[in-house]
Amino acid sequence: MSVNRRDFLKIVSMSTILSIGGVASVSSLKNQVEASQISTSPAALTAKRWAMVVDMSKFKSEQDYQKCIDACHLVHNVPHITDNPKHEVKWIWTETYEHAFLGNEDVYRAEKFQHMPFLMLCNHCENPPCVRVCPTQATFKRKSDGIVMMDMHRCIGCRFCMAGCPYGARSFNYKNPRPFIDESKENPEFPTRMKGVVEKCTLCYERLAKGLQPACVEVSNGALIFGDIEDPNSAVRKVLSERFTIRRRPELGTGPSVYYII
Amino acid sequence: MYNGGKIIIGLIIFVGLVTFPFIFHGEKATAKPDPKVDTAEILKLPENERKCVESKDFMKREHMKLLNEWRDQVVRDGDTIYTNAEGKTFTMSLQNTCMKCHSNKKQFCDECHNYTAVKPYCWDCHIAPKEKQS
Repeated sequence: MSVNRRDFLKIVSMSTILSIGGVASVSSLKNQVEASQISTSPAALTAKRWAMVVDMSKFKSEQDYQKCIDACHLVHNVPHITDNPKHEVKWIWTETYEHAFLGNEDVYRAEKFQHMPFLMLCNHCENPPCVRVCPTQATFKRKSDGIVMMDMHRCIGCRFCMAGCPYGARSFNYKNPRPFIDESKENPEFPTRMKGVVEKCTLCYERLAKGLQPACVEVSNGALIFGDIEDPNSAVRKVLSERFTIRRRPELGTGPSVYYII
Repeated sequence: MYNGGKIIIGLIIFVGLVTFPFIFHGEKATAKPDPKVDTAEILKLPENERKCVESKDFMKREHMKLLNEWRDQVVRDGDTIYTNAEGKTFTMSLQNTCMKCHSNKKQFCDECHNYTAVKPYCWDCHIAPKEKQS
C-alpha cells in the first residue's frame, strides 16, 4: 500500500498535535511540583560560622559533664556500648589535659589540671581534614553556617575521616546500634544510625533549624557558650575578647571552632 | 518424523512444566496492594484537610523522588520547609511529618513495597512509628 502525499501530511500533522497534547498533560504534573518551593525555616538560628566556648571553670563536678553528655546522647539516639571500648560511640565526651591538648606537655602543671576532665566534641573546623578525605562527600562543610555535617545516606563506612580527624571526634558503628539504645528513652524524632557508618557531633543542626540551642549548651547552665564567631556582637565573640582561651592543636591548621577557657 | 513419539511426549512434559505455575496458582494471585490511609491521625483532621503534601496521583508515582529531594535539601542545604503548589507549608521530615499522619507503616508503606519487592533502606536508621501488634 502506498501513501499519497496528501495522506502522509495528514498523518504527520495529526501525530504532531497528539504528541504535543501528550507532553502538555505530562508536564502539567511536573508544573505542579515546580510550583512548590523549598526554603529555610524562619525560626531557624543562623550564623556565618558557629563556634563554641567551653568554660572549664564552670564544670565543678562529675555531674556537670554527665549532664551535657546525657542530653546530647539521648536526643540523638547515640548507642551506649560498653562491652568493647573500641566499639564505643560518642558525640561528646571527656578527656584528660594530655590527651586533649597534645604538645603542651608541661611537667610542672597545677595539680588540678592533672586529672581534670575536659569536655570534647567535634571542633567543626574551618578547614576540616575529614571533609577533604571523604570519597563520597558524606561528610561535608555546610556553606551556610560552617557546620561539619554527616550525610548518613552517603557514608560507605571507609573510615578515612576517622583517620583524618586529629581530634578523635568520630565513631564507627561496628555493629547495629539499635540494640544498644534504650527503647524507652529513644527520641522518636531523630533517626538512629546503622551498622557500618561513621557518626559524630552535628552541632544539633536539627535543633538549630527549629530555633533551639544545641542540647549540650541548653543544659550546661552557661558553661558552654554558643554563637556566631563572625558576628562581633555574638556571645562567643564577647567571651573571646575578654578571656584567654586555647584551642585543641591549632598548629595543625584545621581552624577548630571550639575554644576552652581553662 | 524420526522419534515422533518421544518428541511429542517430551513436548507435552515441557508444556506441562511451563504452564504448571499458572494452572495451579493462577487463581490465587497475591491480592492487589491496598495501602490504608485511615489512621487515627488522618481521621482526626477535618475532611477538607485530609490531603498529602501533593496530589494523591503525584504521591503514588513520585513519592520516592520527592523523599530523595527532601533528604538532600534538609541534610545538605539545611532547608527544612516545603511549600506546595497550594501554598501550604510542611516541615520536610520523614519521621516527623510523613509518619505522623501515616502512622501505619505496615499497612501503608509495606503494603506496596512488599508487593513490588522493593526494599527501601529508610528504616535501617529512621525510627518507624510504634504500631500496635495486630
